[in-house]
Amino acid sequence: MSAVTDPPTLAYRRARRRWGAPFLFLLPAALLFVAFLAIPIGYAIYLSFRGMRMAGGGPFGVRQETWVGLDNYVAAFTDPELLAGLGRLAIYGIIAVPLTLGLALTFALLLDLPRVRGARFSRTAIFIPYAVPGVVATLLWGFLYLPSTSPGTWVLERVGLGGLDVLHGPMLFPAVANIAIWGGVGFNMIILYTSLRGIPADVYEAARLDGASEWDIAYRIKIPLVAPALVLTGLFALIGTLQVYGEPTTLRPMTSEISQTWVPLMMIYRDAFTRDNLSLAAASSVALALGTLVVSVILLRLTQKRSFGES
Amino acid sequence: MSTVTTPRPAGVRRLAADRPRPRPASRRGAILPSVVLVLGALYCLVPVVWVLVASTKSSSELFSTFTFLPGTGLVENLGDLFAYGDGQYAQWALNSLVFAGVGAVACTLVSTMAGYALAKYDFPGRQVAFYAILGGVLLPGITLAIPQYLLMSKIGLAGTYWSVLLPCLISPFGIFLARVYAVSAVPTETMEAARIDGANDARVFVSVALPMMVPGMVTIFLLQFVGIWNNFLLPFIMLSDERMYPLTVGLYTLLSKGSGTPSLYSLAIIGSAVAIIPLVAMMLVLQRYWRLDLISGGLKG
Repeated sequence: MSAVTDPPTLAYRRARRRWGAPFLFLLPAALLFVAFLAIPIGYAIYLSFRGMRMAGGGPFGVRQETWVGLDNYVAAFTDPELLAGLGRLAIYGIIAVPLTLGLALTFALLLDLPRVRGARFSRTAIFIPYAVPGVVATLLWGFLYLPSTSPGTWVLERVGLGGLDVLHGPMLFPAVANIAIWGGVGFNMIILYTSLRGIPADVYEAARLDGASEWDIAYRIKIPLVAPALVLTGLFALIGTLQVYGEPTTLRPMTSEISQTWVPLMMIYRDAFTRDNLSLAAASSVALALGTLVVSVILLRLTQKRSFGES
Repeated sequence: MSTVTTPRPAGVRRLAADRPRPRPASRRGAILPSVVLVLGALYCLVPVVWVLVASTKSSSELFSTFTFLPGTGLVENLGDLFAYGDGQYAQWALNSLVFAGVGAVACTLVSTMAGYALAKYDFPGRQVAFYAILGGVLLPGITLAIPQYLLMSKIGLAGTYWSVLLPCLISPFGIFLARVYAVSAVPTETMEAARIDGANDARVFVSVALPMMVPGMVTIFLLQFVGIWNNFLLPFIMLSDERMYPLTVGLYTLLSKGSGTPSLYSLAIIGSAVAIIPLVAMMLVLQRYWRLDLISGGLKG
């Protein structure tokens, strides 16, 4: 009998309770979300359509703020410096993202092999750079690159060769990308490794009985099974790449080749604070954010892996 | 991390040994991976070791002796570092600790409550809230820094501790992780049982759900702590008073001023070394509590 009478009571309670409580739990997050994400985005979008225009005409016209439509976007996208910055960002990303993910996946697969020696030590060591702030990582690598303090130069000079200056010339891109790779491999490796560990071992046993080598198992079973984690790490690596700022900025005192507008975010910063052109900076920010969103959604769609759980 | 490693069944190794495949091949297969991993470990450790060694050198030794040969200037360098600008370095370290510590604790609580509500309640607008958070995860947070600064200066908060602390309290990724963890760690039956015993929603959350979510909360806390500690652009934009800088911005200004002045180089080096040590130590101590499988765990839905 109780089985018949209980459920309606519970359902009633549930319906009554489940209105107020969840909103209260969400309230702090919602307020912060609105204040520090939604309103700034809205404000940036608003600013990106505003600009200074001469009003009144003639020599006595006053500059005043007004709606300028898409002018700022046109200005941003026809600016050769921004386009060059995007180009540099692309070169940097093409080096940094695949190498970060490739190395992370390689290390994760190797850690997951049976009979690997020193796995614990290697795992911890590779993870350590994650705890090093980007600015400090850049300082470390900067000193390792700088001919006057580099161990590479020290060795080269002892064997009679000149110093190697990676901060000037074609080596600059790999040099900057290397800092991001160094900082990112460990974290991505751990994500991939933990998801490899989540695969039940009996999945491999059948393959091993069939005579599959560890290479076959990695390539045919493990990589497809961790594909969702790979998509997610790829996504974060991509988002991280689009907002690279601290590393090139910190390297600037060490090399003359990193301009004030080396990557888009540096240019946005210059437009906003050095040139006081907030509208142009806002338009570039909105374009960069939209670009990131579009690329992320395309990546998620292409891989179709329901990577975020709720589809 | 050691808590999530599941031991392979012992049978696997025996079966492998029974196989007709010659043993040397399998042994070589185990050596090559170890070598590659050790090379990876060296790649990651060399810059850290370098800065620790370089921090022991006096400014003249820095440019003359072999890079990996310890010097004699450690005590002097440390003295210089903490004497710089009337003890600014210690102030920066304290600022970083306050930003990261307070920010991460508050963010963890906010995220846990929100993630729990999203995971365990059905209410109108849940889907909208979820997509808003997803959008927040994908949005490059750094592009927000400039509009955040402009708004902060409008309400007169720019240049204060609050201007750096407040934006760190909301982490869409933290909420996402909390939701994933609440789905898997808090059984609905247990919540129902507590409700039948007369507990209200607040009590169910505090006494039933919260203890179950602690491992997830530790992970969110650590991710957010490291994230705030490593943040550069936000404090760089928001703050103008050098005494309020966190370590990242402080070391950056030290280096900018030091370009061309070798004595400030050794200051930046010892400053980097000292800045790394607490965070690396914290990671090594706490790594067993990291549940980074959460991040990948959320993928399977």
